[in-house]
Amino acid sequence: MSKITFEIDGKEITGKAGQTIVEAARENGIYIPVLCWYEGLKPAGICRICTVKVGGRNMAACTTPISEGMIVENAIPELEDMRKALVEMLFVEGNHMCPTCEKSGNCELQALGYRFGLLAPRFPYLFPKRAMDATYTKIMIDTNRCVQCRRCVRGITAKDGRHIFAMQDRTGHSTIVADRELEAKMSDDLAKKAMEQCPVGAIIKKEIGFAVPIGKRKYDKAPIGSEIQK
Amino acid sequence: MGSIGDVVTRAVKKHGKDATMMLDVIRDVQSELGCVSDEASAAIADNLGVSKVDVDGVVSFYHFFSKEPRGKYTVYLNNSAVAVMKGRDAVARAFEQAAGCSFGVTTFDGQIGLYDTSDIGMNDQEPAALINGVVFTNLTPEKAKDLVFQMKAGKDVKAMVKETGEGQNQSALVGAMVKNNIQKKGAVIFAPYEAGSGIKKAVAMTPEAVIEEVKKSNLRGRGGAGFPTGMKWEFTRNSKGKKTYVVCNADEGEPGTFKDRVILTELPQMLFDGMAVAGYAVGAEEGVLYLRAEYEYLLKYLQSVLDSMRNSGLLGKNAAGKKGFNFDITIKLGAGAYICGEESALIESAEGKRGEPRNRPPFPAQNGYMGYPTTVNNVESLCAAARIMVQGGEWFAKMGTFQSHGTKVLSVSGDCSKPGIYEVEFGVTLQSLLDEAGGSDAVAVQVGGPSGKCVAKKDFGKKLSFEELPTGGSIIIIGPNTDLLKVVHNFMDFFVEESCGWCTPCRAGNVILKQRLEKIMAGKGTESDLKEMAQWCTVVKAMSRCGLGQTSPNPIATTIENFREVYEAKLQKGADFVTEFDMNKAVQEYCKTAGRNPNIEGH
Repeated sequence: MSKITFEIDGKEITGKAGQTIVEAARENGIYIPVLCWYEGLKPAGICRICTVKVGGRNMAACTTPISEGMIVENAIPELEDMRKALVEMLFVEGNHMCPTCEKSGNCELQALGYRFGLLAPRFPYLFPKRAMDATYTKIMIDTNRCVQCRRCVRGITAKDGRHIFAMQDRTGHSTIVADRELEAKMSDDLAKKAMEQCPVGAIIKKEIGFAVPIGKRKYDKAPIGSEIQK
Repeated sequence: MGSIGDVVTRAVKKHGKDATMMLDVIRDVQSELGCVSDEASAAIADNLGVSKVDVDGVVSFYHFFSKEPRGKYTVYLNNSAVAVMKGRDAVARAFEQAAGCSFGVTTFDGQIGLYDTSDIGMNDQEPAALINGVVFTNLTPEKAKDLVFQMKAGKDVKAMVKETGEGQNQSALVGAMVKNNIQKKGAVIFAPYEAGSGIKKAVAMTPEAVIEEVKKSNLRGRGGAGFPTGMKWEFTRNSKGKKTYVVCNADEGEPGTFKDRVILTELPQMLFDGMAVAGYAVGAEEGVLYLRAEYEYLLKYLQSVLDSMRNSGLLGKNAAGKKGFNFDITIKLGAGAYICGEESALIESAEGKRGEPRNRPPFPAQNGYMGYPTTVNNVESLCAAARIMVQGGEWFAKMGTFQSHGTKVLSVSGDCSKPGIYEVEFGVTLQSLLDEAGGSDAVAVQVGGPSGKCVAKKDFGKKLSFEELPTGGSIIIIGPNTDLLKVVHNFMDFFVEESCGWCTPCRAGNVILKQRLEKIMAGKGTESDLKEMAQWCTVVKAMSRCGLGQTSPNPIATTIENFREVYEAKLQKGADFVTEFDMNKAVQEYCKTAGRNPNIEGH
């Protein structure tokens, strides 16, 4: 595979043709914050937290392929503040009660909040009326916590390829649902995968909770991104 | 009629067992059963081999589809800013009183449903509504009451149209009360045109020479973005694919624009000629006209025009007499979504999916409709291309300004005495347009629709052009008696409603902006509220994925820039913080139930 040389924040790095900026950056030990991105899934450019400047233009690093001689700006104050603003928007757009959430400590939104030093959001809370649906067979969906990243839509499908999860409605009312027929047929492993792939606590597998105590979870030990950053 | 299963089976049989036809299947089911119930969407899912939630996802995305019945007669009343200026609210009250239900619901007997909808492309004859797809314009409270009376009497909707508009609006296949209001004809679009002349000229050249001619004309896309058409065609032609498509974007949804409606009504031959020219240039055999659902009343007429073009050999095998050039056009209907005017969202919608924009790259020129190289062009751009074939690129390039050549068809509406269509040469000043349209007392002009710019008097001398005042065609005149902030609020409402919800800044940011605007409008804003709101506009614009979010803060941002005094007048000067929370209002319901008077301070 042909090599591509480009620049992130003044540092020359090498990637493979066909890689996105996020992928190449990760391999080179450079952290670009992401939320909707998930290893192995087709990137979708939803959360926009990975926005970088390419030749001065804002682009989502998760969907932009690298090219020879590309100049990328990543950790610059202007972008960091706007990324933080997006994290804040996600907090005020939903109803996020970390202390009662099963995902606390494993939650990527919470981890990003810590990473960006979020104390209180600059935006007023919208307190939307959202539903928690526990009538599914294998899982529960708490749309209060959903950040609409569509990892579940993209990554969790039935054997025949049909979507188990889908977006409904549009605008600020858009919401995730699961197909009742297909959801009921999910294997335990797939339900577990759905929960793990959800960056927040919107998809919760039924029956087991808090198996790993709070305090011993992924981001309790080290901030998000530290596993990548060299 | 028939059982739900029968209706679905019939629709699937008609359109094909193909998930890309989902929109068409859903449309048939919606129109026959009045809604797409759970049972219906499950049946559609079974037939098309997708999951039920995917069908529900599509149904819930579009305005004109619904899970619940919306009445034997469904009234969609436009709620655009100009409709409001022209008395839409009084019309809405009249509908409600006569029908006995409020907007957003259907009467208990299931007869009449009243719903709001975004701009339906009738801004020069507002208030306007669609009733079961039939357009009613220039509504008054009296007319609204009369319409409800006729609905209650069970009358056929088409029979409620008492008089038709001018031109082809009178033709048997249209029969609409819509008016063209062509106030000014220019040299490119509304000058006399001989059907077929564009494509005949094109096929006498090589495709490369056609592209060269369009490049020479400096034609730029007329939808608003202004991408050079010749270059777009060249990219598409040079992309490798088994097939290539030409898609015409007839989804003009920018509030205040209606020029494509008039072109579709009066000049469909010219448009289809232009599509054939594009097809020849890029090497396509198929063209798709994506027609917004609001213009469904033109569908049969447009199809008859295509038929006659096929009969005269302009379309079909060896089109326009050119051996080996096979080109035909089909029409795809939308279902009510502003975002589908964005070219990649339009493609998604034409493929039967939710109309959500795609990530770029790849661009449609590389990977468009059905995954093939596709050129998506605006109605007016394609008509201009047909004219360029006849008159030559040089002729076209001579008109206009340094970076904007040819003419522009403008849709003028709002506070003026002569609303309608104006085809002007690029470079005319906004002031001269205002004088012609009888809008000389304008205090503000929204150029380019809500996603454009709110222009103040000091800039009325600027030229309508890509370099000074760019516009896809929408010109909304705001007079001294119109509350500017209410217009801004209406626009923000529109964007909140029309955001596809895909990306964070547009989905959440517009809601946040609108809420802050409301705080200021309610007289509870401070200096810092205004400052923050301006900063938040920058965030939404900078971080959004597509043109919608990248421009949706413009109503606020450009009025802060040009009409700061309007905001200043609402602010509480010197206050550090004023809460938007209203305790009296918050406890109102409780006090009413408990029979108490709110006495906040007493507690």
